[in-house]
Amino acid sequence: MSLLHLAILSPFLLAVFIPLLYKHFRKIHTGWFVLVLPVILFIYLLQFIKGNVEGNPTTKTLSWIPSLGIDFTVYVDGLGLLFALLITGIGALVVLYSIYYLSKDKESLHTFYVYLLMFMGAMLGVVLSDNLIVLYTFWELTSLSSFLLIGYWYHREKSRYGAQKSMLITVFGGLSMLAGFILLGMMADTFSIRELIAQADTIPSHPLFIPALLLVLLGAFTKSAQFPFHIWLPDAMEAPTPVSAYLHSATMVKAGIYLVARLSPVFAGSAEWLWLVAGFGIITLFWGSFSAVKQTDLKSILAFSTISQLGMIMSMLGIGAAALHYDYLDDNIYLIATTAAIFHLINHATFKGSLFMVVGIVDHETGTRDIRKLGGLMTLMPITFTLAIIGSFSMAGLPPFNGFLSKEMFFTAMLHASTLDIFNFETWGILFPILAWIASIFTFIYSMILVFKTFTGKYKPEELDKKPHEAPIGMLISPIVLASLVIIIAFFPNLIAQSLIEPAMVSIHPTLLEMGSFNTKIYFWHGWNLELFMTIGVVGIGSALFLTLTKWSGLYDLFPKRLTLNNLYDHGLISMERSATKLNSLYMTGFIRNYLVFIFGFMIFALGGSLLTKNAFIVDFTAAAPVGLYEVVLALVLVAGVLTILFSKSRLSAIIALGAVGYTIALFFVLFRAPDLALTQLLVETVSVALFLLCFYHLPEYKKQQKRLSFRLTNLLISLGVGTVVTLIALSANSTRLFDSISSYYVDASYTEAGGKNMVNVILVDFRGFDTLFEIVVLGIGALGIYSMIKLRLTRGRQG
Amino acid sequence: MEIVMSFIIGILFTAATYLILSKSLIRIIIGTGLLSHGAHLLLLTMGGLKRGAAPLLGENASAYTDPLPQALILTAIVISFGVTAFFLVLAYRSYQELGTDNMDKLRGTDRNE
Repeated sequence: MSLLHLAILSPFLLAVFIPLLYKHFRKIHTGWFVLVLPVILFIYLLQFIKGNVEGNPTTKTLSWIPSLGIDFTVYVDGLGLLFALLITGIGALVVLYSIYYLSKDKESLHTFYVYLLMFMGAMLGVVLSDNLIVLYTFWELTSLSSFLLIGYWYHREKSRYGAQKSMLITVFGGLSMLAGFILLGMMADTFSIRELIAQADTIPSHPLFIPALLLVLLGAFTKSAQFPFHIWLPDAMEAPTPVSAYLHSATMVKAGIYLVARLSPVFAGSAEWLWLVAGFGIITLFWGSFSAVKQTDLKSILAFSTISQLGMIMSMLGIGAAALHYDYLDDNIYLIATTAAIFHLINHATFKGSLFMVVGIVDHETGTRDIRKLGGLMTLMPITFTLAIIGSFSMAGLPPFNGFLSKEMFFTAMLHASTLDIFNFETWGILFPILAWIASIFTFIYSMILVFKTFTGKYKPEELDKKPHEAPIGMLISPIVLASLVIIIAFFPNLIAQSLIEPAMVSIHPTLLEMGSFNTKIYFWHGWNLELFMTIGVVGIGSALFLTLTKWSGLYDLFPKRLTLNNLYDHGLISMERSATKLNSLYMTGFIRNYLVFIFGFMIFALGGSLLTKNAFIVDFTAAAPVGLYEVVLALVLVAGVLTILFSKSRLSAIIALGAVGYTIALFFVLFRAPDLALTQLLVETVSVALFLLCFYHLPEYKKQQKRLSFRLTNLLISLGVGTVVTLIALSANSTRLFDSISSYYVDASYTEAGGKNMVNVILVDFRGFDTLFEIVVLGIGALGIYSMIKLRLTRGRQG
Repeated sequence: MEIVMSFIIGILFTAATYLILSKSLIRIIIGTGLLSHGAHLLLLTMGGLKRGAAPLLGENASAYTDPLPQALILTAIVISFGVTAFFLVLAYRSYQELGTDNMDKLRGTDRNE
């Protein structure tokens, strides 16, 4: 157990003590105790930057299940560290924000912080694990803690709905991902990501490669809310705003991005990867930004904006994979896509985190998040307004904010994608820059809606529950820090370019490193190039569309409501439940006869079927005993008795016939030289008949039941089937004697070993005495059961 | 002889299945009785028929019938007797308490609870 392991597990350890702290220090907001941990972790993790810049990632191993090749190996390379810093850094800011956001008196803070810490630890585990199975374990822990956090206000129905939806979708993806991991483990015979990457040149030729690729991508797409699995994210907005800011914009939804980036060295060489990652990314980008414009709830806008930005990062990761196919590093134009992806990942975490916090402040101070009720808050909340401007303009990709830089790089990457000449990109590749550009226009529009519909226009105090005023300073600290980062990164991008982005690049493209360093440099000013004109176009068209929003927003009503993905999900879920109920009630009828029909039917088909298909039916009776006259007569009597039972109209004759059958069997035992059996059979049959008579006396008339012919016909068919199958099996079994009986031993040893001449009795009490012991137990239990059935009367409150 | 016995066993199984599939509780119990008869005869037949004297060493015969199936059947007879007796009393009690022996009315589904 190294310090790194402790760092990952420390949130879980602290979570154990949170309820205690909450209970014993009611005066202090529990969040203050929590805040210490992410700050310490952040500072602790900062020291790993040096090692990564020098190209020495840190590895620490803790043996967990060595026999299965599952070790808890922590691997801090550029990519993992970048994510870990985001998780702890934004985690600290979110905890600080939540201290002012959540009331000490009204909320159950201990559950909130336990879930949040659980999430933080799980997320650190995801990004720092080297073992796929350990990664999966933490991955599901993030799903679980996210579920708990979305359903934090569990008395609200929408919270529960959102929590269930996100759980179902992310766990579905998580399980597919596990299957993909197992396939990867089978291909490479290891679960270690580093060893997988070391075998990256042999894995793609394996037949399981494509299934593994698809399954892993399914996991990444569901977690990162890619189209069409994005539908859980808007409903997850029912969570408290700090949770939305932390989980559903900055960290958890980027777990899928992390996975794609992490496994790029293994998969990225294939055409399927390039097309799927880039294609789904760009569709998500477009659909998310397009859908964001029609939302009226501030958090919904941000949710769809998150979806679209995640799609943007995903598509850039996809295009970045093209770099592997051009083996000159000096001006490898596709590398810029990977750089832009990582850069935008950081930028998005900063501005989206601050925007969520801003929306939380607006919600907190006005009591609503509905843009139709809001307006004119600019003068009332000047600091919040400034923060919103910085966040939104950065999101829209405007200078002088960091979003501008990554947007320009994104355009560059997409323009290069249209010039790709591999994997048929030359045919459809042109769609990438076009979709990207249109999506950017919509991004601009909703960013403007976010700011101007909230803070400018007419102030409508009558619509608001509270009298709005500026938020307390404690609530503002976190968004101020994030907004400052937005600006700092914009002006000094190379501060993080060398220390964070380049080591992460090394993790994504380890093979390209051998040809020299990446020399990642981000410039604020590119000169007058096509990308800049595209941005100018975005601003121009976007402004025009924003100002005329009311005129064309009717466009959204053209889409039929019934055909939305949410509807598909809801109806899919309902019809699944319905058809399961239907199927269940179809065969679980409660009639014992139906179940017996299933059982007998299965017996006929399984046994009879295998008899037929395996050609197992043989008749060979050369060794059979000769047929005697007595036996034939007895057989006729037996059949007559059976027929009497079947067709008898009175219960008495049925009992007598059953007795006759029993006595005939006893006579068979006599003929077949089984004296003990005959004796027992006679006794048992007598007692049984007596019992039958006793009971029948208390039962109703044994009248012939008037039933439909089909009922009797199916019964007849099934019983004939059972009888035939049994007969056939008996005949075949008798015809094939594979080895002699072991009974010669009993014949030899009955007297010499056991001192008895009656072999059957010696077997019963000596050789196989255990059978007899438990047969006695059976009789004892039967007797006790009968006694208690007759004696005990507990129903209807009376006792007999 | 084994062929004849196989067919008789088949007839016993057919009748037993037919009775078990009916709606009256008594017929079901009679069916289980016939089913155990069939199973006992099947055991005996599978052990081989008439291959010597009864399994008593005092007979001083050169060959005896196989004693092992007989021991197994003896155990089975006793057990099936115990179960049949229990079932009979159960049927008696359930008729007494519930007032019916029709299996269609004796349904334990969720709806009835």
